[in-house]
Amino acid sequence: MTVNGQEVTADVEPRTLLVHFIRENLHLTGTHVGCETGYCGACTVHVDGKPVKSCTMLAVQADGAEIATIEGLADDGSLHPVQEGFWERHGLQCGFCTPGMIMSAAALLAENDNPTEDQIRHGIEGNLCRCTGYHNIVRAVEYAGAKVRGEEPAPPDWEGGS
Amino acid sequence: MATTSVMGGDVRRREDPALIKGRGVYVDDLQPTGLLHVAFLRSPVARAKIKSVDTSEASSMPGVVAVFTHEDVAELGPLIAQVPIGKLRPLLAAGEVNHVGEAVAMVVAENRYQAQDAADVIDVDYDVLPAVIDLKESKSDSTKVHDELDSNVLHTWTYHGYWAALGLEDQTPEVDAAMERDDAVVVTIEMTNQRLIPVAIEPRSVMVEYNSGYERFTVNSSTQVPHALAGAIATMFGMSPSDVRAIAPEVGGGFGAKLNVYNDEILAAFAAKKLGRPVKWTETRREAGGATIHGRGWVGTATLVGTKDGEFLGYKLEAIADMGAYTQNFTVAIPLLGLWIASGQYKMPVSWTVDCVVTNTMTTDAYRGAGRPEAIYYLERIIDAYAREIGMDPFEVRRKNFWQKDEFPATMGCGFSLDSGDYEAAIDKLIEVSGYEGMIQRREEARAEGRNVGIGVGSYVEVCGFGPAVLADIGFSWSNYGLPASFNGSGLVRVNPDASVTVVIGTGPTGQGHETTWAQIINDRLGIPWENVRVRHGDTQEHPMGIGTFGSRSLSVDGAATYNAAEEIKVKAAKIAAHLLEAAPEDIVFEDGAAHVAGSPEKSIEWTAIAKAAYQAHTLPEGVESGLEAHTAFSPGNATWPFGTHLALVEVDADTGDVKILEYYAVDDCGNRVNPMIVNGQIHGGITQGIGQALFEEAVYDSSGNLLTGSLLDYPLPTAADLPSFQLSHTVTPTDVNPMGVKGIGEAGTIGSAHTIVNAVVDALSPLGVKHIDMPLRPKRVWAAIQEAST
Repeated sequence: MTVNGQEVTADVEPRTLLVHFIRENLHLTGTHVGCETGYCGACTVHVDGKPVKSCTMLAVQADGAEIATIEGLADDGSLHPVQEGFWERHGLQCGFCTPGMIMSAAALLAENDNPTEDQIRHGIEGNLCRCTGYHNIVRAVEYAGAKVRGEEPAPPDWEGGS
Repeated sequence: MATTSVMGGDVRRREDPALIKGRGVYVDDLQPTGLLHVAFLRSPVARAKIKSVDTSEASSMPGVVAVFTHEDVAELGPLIAQVPIGKLRPLLAAGEVNHVGEAVAMVVAENRYQAQDAADVIDVDYDVLPAVIDLKESKSDSTKVHDELDSNVLHTWTYHGYWAALGLEDQTPEVDAAMERDDAVVVTIEMTNQRLIPVAIEPRSVMVEYNSGYERFTVNSSTQVPHALAGAIATMFGMSPSDVRAIAPEVGGGFGAKLNVYNDEILAAFAAKKLGRPVKWTETRREAGGATIHGRGWVGTATLVGTKDGEFLGYKLEAIADMGAYTQNFTVAIPLLGLWIASGQYKMPVSWTVDCVVTNTMTTDAYRGAGRPEAIYYLERIIDAYAREIGMDPFEVRRKNFWQKDEFPATMGCGFSLDSGDYEAAIDKLIEVSGYEGMIQRREEARAEGRNVGIGVGSYVEVCGFGPAVLADIGFSWSNYGLPASFNGSGLVRVNPDASVTVVIGTGPTGQGHETTWAQIINDRLGIPWENVRVRHGDTQEHPMGIGTFGSRSLSVDGAATYNAAEEIKVKAAKIAAHLLEAAPEDIVFEDGAAHVAGSPEKSIEWTAIAKAAYQAHTLPEGVESGLEAHTAFSPGNATWPFGTHLALVEVDADTGDVKILEYYAVDDCGNRVNPMIVNGQIHGGITQGIGQALFEEAVYDSSGNLLTGSLLDYPLPTAADLPSFQLSHTVTPTDVNPMGVKGIGEAGTIGSAHTIVNAVVDALSPLGVKHIDMPLRPKRVWAAIQEAST
């Protein structure tokens, strides 16, 4: 398979989960494991451009696929608009769900770069965050959407909504 | 080097670049050479005698290095608790099991898959006994959970008797007498404050290395309390804490669940020492339900007595709190945190009794708010019912009974004093920002259209900032881990030779942004650019003393210590600057990141020169030692008492029972705020955990003691799609308990929100005759309440 643009080859036990392969064989530990059952989304990566919960996929199922993880998201050191949005709008606290959340949000914006608040909330509902109440994650995705569209993001309003 | 203070500024967080790039290092990310992995065999039954444990097949499985059972670790004794009332948890089940998920055997293998395979083939013969799950049944002692204890009731907390040394007066007769008054309105409801599972998204994880040459442990753990962990291991293994280096790297949320020292941490240390290789255990979500503490779990009857005009005459709570099977860290002491705020923001006599009972379930302990959300829930729900009974506006009834702002510090019947407050200002602000009058109009219009729309109001005061040395006398300390007893704050500040600053603190973040906030404090005190401040935390080797992160204590206690340490550094820096400027130290003033003689700002000396001089003997004034660092302890005279009032507008679909939060407003007062962006983030998350309790979450055991909600499918957390954006506002009533006037905000949102949501739902359904629904307000339960009220 290709991971973040690099071709990787390995022999693994058939039962090896993709997330364990990424974390333990490739040492890309930015992809996290929060529930092993596909509910929390901390393990979200892109498989052939689509967000996938890598704890519910076997590594062998990804044979030949193109995988993108959080480590591959920044382009030549410059942050992806979603990463920038999370920093600018305090879209993270403990940071554990953040890589998966960013991968989901990036996939959402790739499909629709001008989502409504409702579309953002439904777009990331497969990723659980226990710290932020999602409020500032929504603001972060709005910020990123504006950046993707080439617009100036609205200034922050830390007490209010959008 | 002109700098402006960033104190009070919404500066972006220092910790974020690593976390958003996937470069934060959490415990499970560590893979040292030779690492072994642990899996536990856990009990599938709630209560049983263990007749035999056969590990022979497991021991011969591929990759298995060792299998341990109770006999192997018995000499270490049970897990240490700070308030050891009840039965302490054995490291591995000792001849019996007392809850589903209790660790029975430990497998250590070359990889996690092999460890789990081997755990699966360990054969245990259980002689199953009836389990005690129901709290009232436990209290009756009809079946005792532990043969060796006199009763299932471990302890009873009473408002006047919780601490005999205070000699408090029992206010129960006063409350009872009020109920007999002719003009008394008495409202009583039995309510459940259900058991919850904390669910930090990062499962707990521990990785231990032991160097048999130096005889030292290095323990990486996903913990809120590394110093306590080091102390516990040192105590249990008979070592000096200085030979146990505990590190909390990035920690993926804690919420109290990582404030315990756990048996698995001790067992990983045992295995690492025994086997001479690094050992790691990472919890699976499925096993977390039996491995990591739960919170809440109360049933109780709240009674409010007042006049027809809305004057409170007394409040009574009689409750039972679920301790689970084994006593861990603070287990039995958690309700005490609720007792101190039993009277909320109000002046009235209180009668408050909580029985702490054992059941065959996972241990309960501190979960975000810890005793305080429970206490406030009962109080604020019954106030709401009373207001509805007498037909008074929910704000008005509260306003009528508040402590007034000129009455602070206000000594409550529990003996503690509320430090500062202006409760009316908060509700005035809330009424304004929520457009309350218009909202009532909108509710009435919606009702006229047949929609079930409701407004819920909920106030809270909470107690945090632990804290005061006096709390050690009632068990709130780490003294059983051999640490100094008091929960002092501790701050070590060093100005390095290049005028960068290293701050080492005894409290670390699980998402709260310490690296940013502490840099702001240093910048404010010393004028050194905040970007030049490095904040170190969570490593017992770097800091001799630390209490940890819990009880919204970090900023008000350890932050205050840091603030004071910076002030001490200024005193020394003034001597050095005076020497270099050939002036007197008392004439030196610090401004814009430099020092100058008062009245002569044109001749200033920058921190870089002062710092350099501080490390060279020949540039120091006589009698001044080399170096520029200070370490202070801070012992507050009182806890801090943040407060606020929240408001929710909800709509209930009567056909389905589905609750939708339309709008949510909160006014919170945590005193001064160092970084409002971070403060608001804490409130967002706190509110959401309260909403989680109100609408979704419940740890459910069946009557046999099976945890029915052990996965995130059965234990639904709030998702982004379940929530609105929040509208926050604040008032600022500083405290004089610490030099920064800060109170703490980590738990406030959670303490303020659950009852606010339930009050709103009851308001929405009150035209249908609904007076109370127990949490969580899932559609089935709401629908049933509507059906019941309409028949």
